[in-house]
Amino acid sequence: MRGLIARAAGPAMALQDLGRPGFLAHGLTHGGAADRHAVCEGAALLRQAPDLAVLEMVGTGGTFEATEDVRIALTGAVMAAQVDGRALAWNASHAVAKGAQLTIGPTRSGTYGYLHVGGGFAGAAVLGSRATHLSCGLGALVRKGDILPVGQDKGKDVGMTLIPEARLNGGAVRVVPSMQTGDFDPEVRERFENTEFRRDPRANRQGVRMDSDGEGFSNPKALSIVSEVIVPGDIQITGDGTPFVLMAECQTTGGYPRIGTVIPCDLPRVAQAPAGAVVRFAFVTRDEGAAIQARASTALAKLSGAVTPLVRDPSTMQDLLNYQLVGGVVSATDPALDEGE
Amino acid sequence: MQDTPFVPTIRSVGLNGLLVTFDDTATDAANRAAIAFRSAVDAQGWPEISESSSTLVSAFFRVDLAEYGFDRLSARLSDVLGSRDWTAASLPAGRALWTIPAVFGGPRAPQLTEAAEAAGLSVAQAQADLTSARLRVLTLGFAPGQPYLGTLGEAWNIPRQVGLSPNIPAGALVAAVRQICLFTKDTPTGWRHVGQSAFACFRPSSDTPFPLSPGDEVQFTSVTAAELERIEAHNGDGAGGALREMLE
Repeated sequence: MRGLIARAAGPAMALQDLGRPGFLAHGLTHGGAADRHAVCEGAALLRQAPDLAVLEMVGTGGTFEATEDVRIALTGAVMAAQVDGRALAWNASHAVAKGAQLTIGPTRSGTYGYLHVGGGFAGAAVLGSRATHLSCGLGALVRKGDILPVGQDKGKDVGMTLIPEARLNGGAVRVVPSMQTGDFDPEVRERFENTEFRRDPRANRQGVRMDSDGEGFSNPKALSIVSEVIVPGDIQITGDGTPFVLMAECQTTGGYPRIGTVIPCDLPRVAQAPAGAVVRFAFVTRDEGAAIQARASTALAKLSGAVTPLVRDPSTMQDLLNYQLVGGVVSATDPALDEGE
Repeated sequence: MQDTPFVPTIRSVGLNGLLVTFDDTATDAANRAAIAFRSAVDAQGWPEISESSSTLVSAFFRVDLAEYGFDRLSARLSDVLGSRDWTAASLPAGRALWTIPAVFGGPRAPQLTEAAEAAGLSVAQAQADLTSARLRVLTLGFAPGQPYLGTLGEAWNIPRQVGLSPNIPAGALVAAVRQICLFTKDTPTGWRHVGQSAFACFRPSSDTPFPLSPGDEVQFTSVTAAELERIEAHNGDGAGGALREMLE
């Protein structure tokens, strides 16, 4: 069988894809990758469809052996990666020969790292998706000894890279007003916008808790509101006033009020913020948010055009003077991306 | 004294869709309206709507608002809203009545006493209420196949507790705001844990992964903790000792 054998497995690796839409009415949430942007980056690097399954890794990855020659790409949270001891660039595609040992981890920056394979991870889909949703009993964590089937690969390109959208260290996150924003006093909304939050260590694929100093953001009348639809990105305020940003595996409905909703293109920034990273929320109007999101969707659709060869041969560079030769694809602030171990 | 009637609202939910809400409290009429309105809009097959659902008092239409915009779809939904009295809509056909055994109080459902106090009832009265009411599946949500059941008497309009109980188990009956929720899976919650069943609301390997449907009716019967343990010992199919019969 064409596949990757997990010779060693970190504690939190599972297959994901773009999720399982169409079951909201049955109470089954969309799910899928925590960082959808990373899924699209990997698909662009391998020049394949973004709906193929990928391996999502938290904290560390594992050691994998290919049963046949495969192409891989690495995106999202930056992790150490080697093939047979040779360091691999992150945000890039590579060839992995049959029998070679691919080692990934630990994480250097961000939270969710992704391993993509040419042809995508195969195996049975449940309710139309290969996304793992542990709390609903769909799929399972990858364990040592598992063989992950890999689909047929029509592509050939490897050694390609792209400059990822910066999103691994928290920062400003844009929020649109949502159905219950008006239930919060203007003073509370303003204080929410002016608060520097820290991403709590208590975070998972369902939600990310945001810590802050000072009083919470609760609204006494909101404890008895009618349970209502939840969408990923909703910022729920629990009874004690703590905000949670609801993520890919959020519930379909819930009774805590939402102060606003993170726009979809900024949600990977929340997902990737490591514990302790500073996050600030800024309200934009619904129309402004829609325009920002539309531009982001357009950029995402053109991602394959941003893919460039990892090692450039100057003789093939038509516009040499336009290249920024010092920085290249490696950020000066992300150490040891490309150096030997 | 007459309350001012609630005027249905159309609101955006993030950039992910539009929500049509028929009341600000969980009334049966609003729930029926939400189910009927969703069904009527779905029947029109608008290409902008990628899926829909109904909640306790609202119909939700998932639409990419960055692509299609809010105003135009809101106007079209408003037209459908004005076309008839949606609170006069009838319940769906083909509904089932489920009789589900559960333990009330004791170590398996430790918050019955607390919930009874919040409702101003004795524990015996509270248990009688929970086992005599014929409850209706108002909506499925929060977790796959998980029903919100209603509607209990006014005494049960108890708020969620401040702070979450860390982990209430699958099959739990939890109470708040005149409803019972029957948990699909272990869940942190602000609702109070008043009963415990062995009924599986989501059966992914079954031909019917979502056994309950909106409009179904549910009657709980009280069993002892020992009886529940016997049910749990032979519960491979997740039925939890429940009986299903068709209504009408």
